[in-house]
Amino acid sequence: MGRKLDPTNKVKRGPGKKTKKQQGAETELAKFITDEETGPKRLSSRGRKRAAKRVQNSKKPKVAAEEQPKKGFTDENSKWLKPAKRKRKIDEPESEDDSDEHWEEEEDEEEEEQQQQKGGKDQGKKGAKLGVKKVVEEKKKEDDDDDDDDDDDDDDDMVDDYGTLEDGSGEEAAEEESDGEELLPIERAAKKAKKMKEAMGLGSDDDEEEEEEEDDDDDDDDDKEEENKSDADMDEEDTVQANIDEMDQFKLPGAEEREKEGVLPLDLKSIHQRIKDNIDVLCNFSTKREEGKERAEYISLLKKDLCTYYSYNYFLIEKLIDLFPLSELVDFLEANEIQRPVTIRTNTLKTRRRDLAQALINRGVNLDPLGKWSKVGLVIYDSSVPVGATPEYLSGQYMLQGASSFLPVMALSPQEGESVLDMSSAPGGKTTYIAQLMRNTGVIVANDANADRLKSVVGNIHRLGVTNTVICNYDGRQFPKVMGGFDRVLLDAPCSGTGVIAKDPAVKTSKDDTDIHRSAHLQKELILSAIDSVNAESTTGGYLIYCTCSIMVEENEWVVDYALKKRNVKLVPTGLDFGKEGFTRFKERRFHPSLKLSRRFYPHSHNMDGFFVAKLKKFSNVIPTAPAAKEEENADAPEATVVTDSPEEKPAKSDKTKKTVPGKAGDLKKKTQANGTAAKKIANVKPKGKKDSLAGPKKAKVAKMDGETVKGTKAKKPAEKTTDETKASKADKKDGSRFEKKQGKKTKTPLKAKNRIGKNKFRKLKHMLGKPDVE
Amino acid sequence: MRPLTEEETKTMFEKLSKYIGENIKLLVDRPDGTYCFRLHNDRVYYMSEKILKLATNISRDKLVSVGTCFGKFTKTTKFRLHITALDFLAPYAKFKVWVKPGAEQSFLYGNHVLKSGLGRITENTEQYQGVVVYSMADVPLGFGVAAKSTQECRRVDPMSIVVFHQADVGEFIRNEDTLT
Repeated sequence: MGRKLDPTNKVKRGPGKKTKKQQGAETELAKFITDEETGPKRLSSRGRKRAAKRVQNSKKPKVAAEEQPKKGFTDENSKWLKPAKRKRKIDEPESEDDSDEHWEEEEDEEEEEQQQQKGGKDQGKKGAKLGVKKVVEEKKKEDDDDDDDDDDDDDDDMVDDYGTLEDGSGEEAAEEESDGEELLPIERAAKKAKKMKEAMGLGSDDDEEEEEEEDDDDDDDDDKEEENKSDADMDEEDTVQANIDEMDQFKLPGAEEREKEGVLPLDLKSIHQRIKDNIDVLCNFSTKREEGKERAEYISLLKKDLCTYYSYNYFLIEKLIDLFPLSELVDFLEANEIQRPVTIRTNTLKTRRRDLAQALINRGVNLDPLGKWSKVGLVIYDSSVPVGATPEYLSGQYMLQGASSFLPVMALSPQEGESVLDMSSAPGGKTTYIAQLMRNTGVIVANDANADRLKSVVGNIHRLGVTNTVICNYDGRQFPKVMGGFDRVLLDAPCSGTGVIAKDPAVKTSKDDTDIHRSAHLQKELILSAIDSVNAESTTGGYLIYCTCSIMVEENEWVVDYALKKRNVKLVPTGLDFGKEGFTRFKERRFHPSLKLSRRFYPHSHNMDGFFVAKLKKFSNVIPTAPAAKEEENADAPEATVVTDSPEEKPAKSDKTKKTVPGKAGDLKKKTQANGTAAKKIANVKPKGKKDSLAGPKKAKVAKMDGETVKGTKAKKPAEKTTDETKASKADKKDGSRFEKKQGKKTKTPLKAKNRIGKNKFRKLKHMLGKPDVE
Repeated sequence: MRPLTEEETKTMFEKLSKYIGENIKLLVDRPDGTYCFRLHNDRVYYMSEKILKLATNISRDKLVSVGTCFGKFTKTTKFRLHITALDFLAPYAKFKVWVKPGAEQSFLYGNHVLKSGLGRITENTEQYQGVVVYSMADVPLGFGVAAKSTQECRRVDPMSIVVFHQADVGEFIRNEDTLT
């Protein structure tokens, strides 16, 4: 039952039952309201004197203050026994009152400068102990400081003591906060204080001093008044400085504190605050750093906090810190905590977006077009019916698909009548989009290595009314053997899934270095198979789209760079005008400059799943032999069809290639080093081959020659040169099959390919080659 | 993948003609090319010849589906039409049934159509005639067999079945596994 607010009610006073009852609302409320909203009180003379003293005693050792309560109850300590006036803002006024009182009582007369210096140190210590827990509270505290300064005129004011320790740090934190906001609240407070003191005849400007203003001893006031006036300006600067110093001491907790944290139950709020402050310090490191603390310490603390707060494993956090600038890092992590909006794609084979939108709205779905970049996308905000079970869905008028999955198909832009291969098609969203862009003409081969997931492809294809598709269940790496010569190929490679953490939080803790490298290795094999399946001479196509739902450089740029080195492909613009450009360099790796034509998408900046898209054009069907041609048979076949050149020209060309090589050699070296595992694996296969091939000087020379000339294939005339090489090498070998094997193994050692032939040996070789080639 | 034998072709065409009558010819001779039926793992697939050529490159155990699956032959060599054939039945359907919005959901769950849910029905529908079921917005929902002739439908009480359910689009969710 609510109490009625009735001003005519007379409140009973004095001892007795009736006074102890709860009074009317007005009186109860009055108790709560009074203290918070009073402006700066006018001080009595004593009050003014106390204020002056507070100014002097601003930064007296808090340690002393802290020790006070421990000493036991004395008359000086009595104040803490009295209940606080304001119970709402427990920490703020109480803390001020306590510390102020203690300091005033302890040390009457000290110079302000000394106080400030000590105060700085002490606050530092306090801060170190308690962390930045009460920043917000402290902020309020500061704002109210002026208001509260003279509230406790009475010596009898009692404030609960349990805030003391916290209060010290709180003050620091408050100062830190205020510093963070460029001293606006401090300035405000300073101005207020100035005004007050002017009114009182005191000259103190420090906020800290105001916070701590409490009862002053009369003796000290007179002396301090003068000091305060003269030092007013000094104080202001000093406090600002002191504030900044305290900010820096966004303390790095020491080892003991960390252990404590490990033991205590997690205080996520404080960790979150610590993360924010840490990033703040790191962003302005030169100004905000703690003396003697290295950047690495801040970063290691940040990593650990991020791991705890967002539940990632350390490996992934390290990778993310490398990828994103600190300002974006938290955005990215936050974006991974929430789901991306549900999006659908209209099936233009059966309906139009307009009609579909109308039908769905009639069913009670709240939706909007996806964006200017898509004519078939719709984003669903909320729905009263399950979106995946409406009659429109069942009749195949739309498909549930993530916005990021539209992008690779848009980049692929398949034309009508083409033959397209989708190497990892499950669950069939991209395949059906390709089919609708092709209007059910041409042929699509939808492949997936996982037979269970193929069922969903079958279901989706039939549901959406796609008729031009063949569905098969091969490992993607087998592809050129099964079928080749496609106009376009889409490879949505299996990846670590670090871009779709929002959909699958298990990725946060389950991914490891080995996982990433395993994925990368598989992706490299797949991309080479995909390239080999494209027909470079296609009249309308010759394109490959490589995409992943991962943000790791090892799975994206590195793989594409690898493909650029191993095959006759080049990057072309994706046609997507939004998204971040791919990296051309990352940590110690350097990629081909055309990598900036690829696109990266992030959940926090584009509001779609993390994604990477790269569009490659194959300009020659010839497979460069020396750097690890995976399918020798295929390599030989297309090469055989290429124009023949005289063997004599070959040495000349190889000279040219040698010349062009030096420019590339450097890159090659770097790239081969960067290729790491892939190259090494290939190299491992080769040594055996090398032994066979080193049967005679001829063969060794041929091998070296091939190695060298292969580098040249990446120069202007790759096709011709490779044919030259292969022809020469073929001509040399009498036994074709033996030759192929050896050549393959030879060419797979890019490291060994660096061996150079001496001038005389080269002439010899030239001579030798001259004879068989004549045939 | 192999072409259908005479027997199999006959069985299948008989089944199809229940729904689309003589329009089967239109399925085979299309303006945009010749289409054909092929058998793979007891299922009948309908595809154009261009796709057929490519599909022959794929080994039998790795091939999952080609073009559109029309249905399968059961162990006793009867032909069962699947919902995946709906896209080809619907445009050529001879006898159609329209279902009221309220009864749509029920049909999509696999229930038969009652008189109370019947919106429209083509004239001269005989009993046990194959029919294609539509929603009032002319969206094909599935197919079935007429339980009553049109004349009888008018007379009969609201709770009696007028169309036996055979296949509906809800099966894409319910029976995803059995599609292949």
